[in-house]
Amino acid sequence: MEVKELIIKKVKEGFGETNVEVVDALGDLSFTVSKDKLVEFAKFLKTNSDLEFIMCKDVTAIDWATRKKRFTTVYHLYSFKLNFNLRVKANLDEEPYQVDSVSSIWESANWYERETFDMYGIDFKNHPDLRRMYMPEGFQYYPLRKDFPVLGIPGSLPLPQKPE
Amino acid sequence: MEKIHNVYSDEKIYKKLLEDKNITIEDALDNEMVINMGPQHPATHGVLRIVLRLDGETVVKAVPELGYLHRGYEKMAEDMSFIEFIPHTDRLDYTATLCNNVAYVLAVEKLAGIEAPKRAQWIRMIVAELSRIAAHMVAIGTFAMDVGAVTMVMWTFRERERIQEIFDRLAGARFTTSYTRLGGVAADLDDVTLKLIRDFLDSFDKELNDMDSLVLHNRIFIDRLEGVGILSKADAIAYGITGPNLRASGVEYDVRRANPYLFYNEVDFKIPTYSEGDSLARYFLRGDEVRESVKILYQCLDKIPQGEVMANDPKKVLPPKTEIYSRMEELIHDFMIINYGINPPVGDSFFSAENPKGELGFYIVSNGEGQPWKMKIRSPSFCNLQVLSKLCEGAMISDVIAIIGSLDPVMGEADK
Repeated sequence: MEVKELIIKKVKEGFGETNVEVVDALGDLSFTVSKDKLVEFAKFLKTNSDLEFIMCKDVTAIDWATRKKRFTTVYHLYSFKLNFNLRVKANLDEEPYQVDSVSSIWESANWYERETFDMYGIDFKNHPDLRRMYMPEGFQYYPLRKDFPVLGIPGSLPLPQKPE
Repeated sequence: MEKIHNVYSDEKIYKKLLEDKNITIEDALDNEMVINMGPQHPATHGVLRIVLRLDGETVVKAVPELGYLHRGYEKMAEDMSFIEFIPHTDRLDYTATLCNNVAYVLAVEKLAGIEAPKRAQWIRMIVAELSRIAAHMVAIGTFAMDVGAVTMVMWTFRERERIQEIFDRLAGARFTTSYTRLGGVAADLDDVTLKLIRDFLDSFDKELNDMDSLVLHNRIFIDRLEGVGILSKADAIAYGITGPNLRASGVEYDVRRANPYLFYNEVDFKIPTYSEGDSLARYFLRGDEVRESVKILYQCLDKIPQGEVMANDPKKVLPPKTEIYSRMEELIHDFMIINYGINPPVGDSFFSAENPKGELGFYIVSNGEGQPWKMKIRSPSFCNLQVLSKLCEGAMISDVIAIIGSLDPVMGEADK
C-alpha cells in the first residue's frame, strides 16, 4: 500500500534506520522502538509535517507472562492528514517496569496511562496524575497481569463493617 | 418576628450557634466548597461520580471518578473463547447493543480472516443503523430531560420502543440482542421485519420534526445550552474525542467514511458537522445524524441482496443447527469450535467502528489459541469523559448537568 510505504520511508529517513523495527501484519502497520527513545519517537511522529499523528487513540500494555521482556506498552495513533492508524510498541524488560509518559505530547494519554497503570502496574515516569482509574485506592494487586486469578483474590477488597 | 429577632440578638445563643458550626461568617465567604456529585445521581447517566470544588456557584475544579461499574470484561475475555464473548459486548454500551455486536465480530473476523456473506453484511448495516437511532433517541431524550424538557424523553422513548420491537422480532431480545455471529448473523431478516422497519422509517421523519419543534422554540432550552461547555477543535483532537462530540467541534471525521467497513462506501450519506462546539451544537448534531441514518437505512432496504446469512467455512464458522443434529462432519466441527475455539493466527490487530458514542475499537492479541491472549476495548465514552473536567472549569454548577448530558457517556462502556 502506498501510504504504508510512505510512512516507513519517512520514519526511516527522519528517525534512523536502526532505531525502529517495522512489522506489517494482518493489515496493520506497527513500529517497535526501545523504551528510552519512545518520547523522542512520539514527538517526531506528532511534529513531522509529512506524518502529523496528532491524535492518540489508545494506550495499553500486554503481559507476556513467561517472556524475558515481560511487558510491552502499545500506543495507537491516528493521522488526519494521512487517514491512517499506526501502532507503536515499546518493550519493558527489568523490574521495576518503567517507561516515560507520553501525556506531555498527547493530552489524551493521561487517562489511558492511568488505566494501564491500574491494570498492569506499569510506572509511567513524569505522568502528572498517576492514580488508579477503576480499582479502589489502596488495592494491592494489578488485575490484568497474568498472575492475577480470574476469580479474584479473597480479602483483596475489604467489605464495609456490618452495623452492630 | 419578634421572637426570631431575639434569638439572633442574644449574644450567648449566637455565639453558641457559631461554635456548633465551627465557622464564622468571614470564613464562609472565603471558603471554597467541595461537593460530591454521584455516583447515584439521576443526571450522571449511570454511576459517574464527580468531585467538584465550588466558589459560590462557579466550578473551580471538577474531578471525575470512574470504576463504579467496572466488571473486568478485559480480564474475562482472556478466559473465554471468541464466540463466548459476543453476549458480553451487549453490556458495554447498553443503549446500542447491536452496534457493539457488529463491531466485535468485525474485529475478530479481521484477525481470523473470515468473510461474512453479502446479505449478512447488509443486515449488519441495517441493525447497526437502527441501533444508532435507538441510542441517539436515549441521548437526545435524557439530555433534554436533564435541562428541564421532560416531555422529550417520553417522545423519544416511544420511538425507541418501536425499534426495540423490531429487535425483539429479529434477535429474540429487546436489549441483550447478541445477534451477530462470527461469519454472519444468527437469523435471517424476514419480510415482516423488513416491513416493520420500512413502516417505522416512513413515520419517523415527522416525529423527529415534532421533537425539534418541541424544544427549539423554547427559550429556556436554548439559553441553557448555547455557549455552554465549548470544546475547541484543537482540544477535541488532543483529548482523543471521537464521534458526535468531535464532529460538533468542526472535525469531519467518521470511521464509516475514513476507513469504510461493511458496505458504507456503497451508500450515500453526509457527515454533519458544526463549528460551534458547544452543548447546543452537540444536541443538533445528534438529530442530524439520525436523519442521515434514516437515509442509509432506506438505501440498505433497497440494496439488500438475497442469499445466505452465514459463511460456509467449516473450521471457523459454526454450522447450522439442523445439520449438526443430522450429519457427522458438522457435529465434529461444532464440537471443535465450541470446545477449542477458532484458533486465529498469531499476531495482533486493531479494528474500530463508528458507534453512536464515538469510535469503538478492539485490540486483540492472539497467540494462536482459541482464547485471546489479550483484548483491549477502546471505549469511546471513556475517552470522551476525559475532557469533562476541562469543560466544567469556570462553568456554573447547573451547567455541569448540561455538559454531561451533551457528552452523552454510558458508564457500562466507560468502566468496562
